[in-house]
Amino acid sequence: MKDGVNGVALAVFIFFFLAVTVMGFLAARWRKAENEHSLDEWGLGGRSFGTWVTWFLLGGDLYTAYTFVAVPAAIYAAGAAGFFAVPYTILVYPLIFTFLPRLWSVSHKHGYVTTSDFVRGRFGSKGLSLAVAVTGILATMPYIALQLVGIQAVLDVMGVGGGEDTNWFVKDLPLLIAFGVLAAYTYSSGLRAPALIAFVKDTLIYIVIAVAIIYIPIKLGGFDDIFAKAGEAFSQTNPATGKPRGALAPAEPGQWTYATLALGSALALFMYPHSITATLSSRSREVIRRNTTILPLYSLMLGLLALLGFMAIAAGVKVTNGQLAIPQLFEDMFPSWFAGVAFAAIGIGALVPAAIMSIAAANLFTRNIYKDFIKPDATPAQETRVSKLVSLLVKVGALVFVLTMDKTVAINFQLLGGIWILQTFPALVGGLFTRWFHRWALLAGWAVGMVYGTVAAYGVASPTQAHFGGSSKEIPGIGEIGYIGLTAFVINIVVTVVLTFVLRAAKAPDGIDETKPSDYTADAGDPGVAVELPPATAGAGH
Amino acid sequence: MSDERTREPVVTPARVAIGLCLIAPFVAMLWVGSYAKVDPAFIGIPFFYWYQMLWVPLSAVLTVTAYKLWQRDQRGRAGSSSASAKGGASE
Repeated sequence: MKDGVNGVALAVFIFFFLAVTVMGFLAARWRKAENEHSLDEWGLGGRSFGTWVTWFLLGGDLYTAYTFVAVPAAIYAAGAAGFFAVPYTILVYPLIFTFLPRLWSVSHKHGYVTTSDFVRGRFGSKGLSLAVAVTGILATMPYIALQLVGIQAVLDVMGVGGGEDTNWFVKDLPLLIAFGVLAAYTYSSGLRAPALIAFVKDTLIYIVIAVAIIYIPIKLGGFDDIFAKAGEAFSQTNPATGKPRGALAPAEPGQWTYATLALGSALALFMYPHSITATLSSRSREVIRRNTTILPLYSLMLGLLALLGFMAIAAGVKVTNGQLAIPQLFEDMFPSWFAGVAFAAIGIGALVPAAIMSIAAANLFTRNIYKDFIKPDATPAQETRVSKLVSLLVKVGALVFVLTMDKTVAINFQLLGGIWILQTFPALVGGLFTRWFHRWALLAGWAVGMVYGTVAAYGVASPTQAHFGGSSKEIPGIGEIGYIGLTAFVINIVVTVVLTFVLRAAKAPDGIDETKPSDYTADAGDPGVAVELPPATAGAGH
Repeated sequence: MSDERTREPVVTPARVAIGLCLIAPFVAMLWVGSYAKVDPAFIGIPFFYWYQMLWVPLSAVLTVTAYKLWQRDQRGRAGSSSASAKGGASE
């Protein structure tokens, strides 16, 4: 890392940062509806977003700063194994094509804001709904923390993160400022702020990737050279493990891991509260289906981005912390002003998902803990106020997490979060298609999956960590190494199915289902759905 | 997935095709052994990487096909009534 502050890059970064800050506050006026003190308005942008806004919002939401830093970092560290993010995102879209439109329809019909709302309505079980809500909040918190880690990485490379010996306040001041601004406009504008900022974020990201993928290989002598150098680097023995550092294609034993990680992550992605928040903010069922056909553009970008990991190796970037590999590559390769643009892209790339995640977690708390258990007669205005406050608390929590604990703690929890959130799949997606599962069986399956996943992940050691050293472990009964989350998910389903048979035979009381089969296929314009759409804004485009 | 179970069969050739379009990416991507190799390279990028990236547009085309087939299927089922075709009107 170079010493001192990169002035030009920093100026460009600050320019973009100020621009999106202004946008964030102005967003409150964008497509404003009459009834602004409802959770539908603050937390779901009035459920009014069309195809393109939803596309930017979902893209901005799912492809986070941490993704941009971590995916190439994984490639930089180990090669092929890190590329699983690409098949993972390929599998997401055919998967959500089948179930998200149903969730959209039933949510619009019954005014559900969160997945837990749906689970409670479908299964008539506050306990199951609480389990889903708590899992969602637990899984989201470390994810927000990782967005701050992403900003830190950029600040470090620009030289404003400070060295190890600077005063902690000076060192963390830029992060505190970024954080304060984010918290303020999320509070005032709700989901409209990240929706508007997502335009800037994604435009910058696409420009940076397009330039990087052409400009850097030219400077490095083409892909042939890049991969030759990377192959050489991977064949070197890692002193910590005694094995080669990585490979250009996964060897036989790694293929199960690769496939189970891709599948498990794909199943988990749309269980995250923030993905659902972005989905429910769209104005029609068709918007979602259409989005599953255009969202893969982001997967392509992710693939190209992953290749930057190889370029970092070929360019001779040497960092001890893999997270810094890509920001450092940009700093080394690009002229200062364009490095500033790239850093701004990553920095803003952290703000959008952090805002949506905190809104999603706040909605879960308000709807499924506050309203269900603390104050059942809360008015929409009270709900909105609580949600706004909780969105602040969640972010402060994430900040404290990042500032007080080691980065690896956030990463460990994020890894656990993925395993946990996958355990809500049977209740949510199962519930969208069938009412056969018994609510108590789903709760038991969830509990077993959570416990197995946590214990298994705790037991994974790596050369640098005794616990939580990775997310894959031997699959019981098969003997191959696979993603723990997926194993826990299979166990979860087995428990759910077996117990459902038992409970049905024992005639255990079934909860009340407030949904009808036709609710799952309703679209905007149908009776009972149209009333929720704010008039006049729907056709206004963007 | 439809409510018009009274007259029309649930499984139709179009729906089988929709299912195949949606399942194909899973088969291709989860069968890692079929593409875990370096050669043939494309402009210097090993097979492993360009093959998976090729599947991004491929799977998008398959999802679009499934989407179009589904729209036609729903329009056919709705017959004279209107509901499902409406979403297509707003771009």
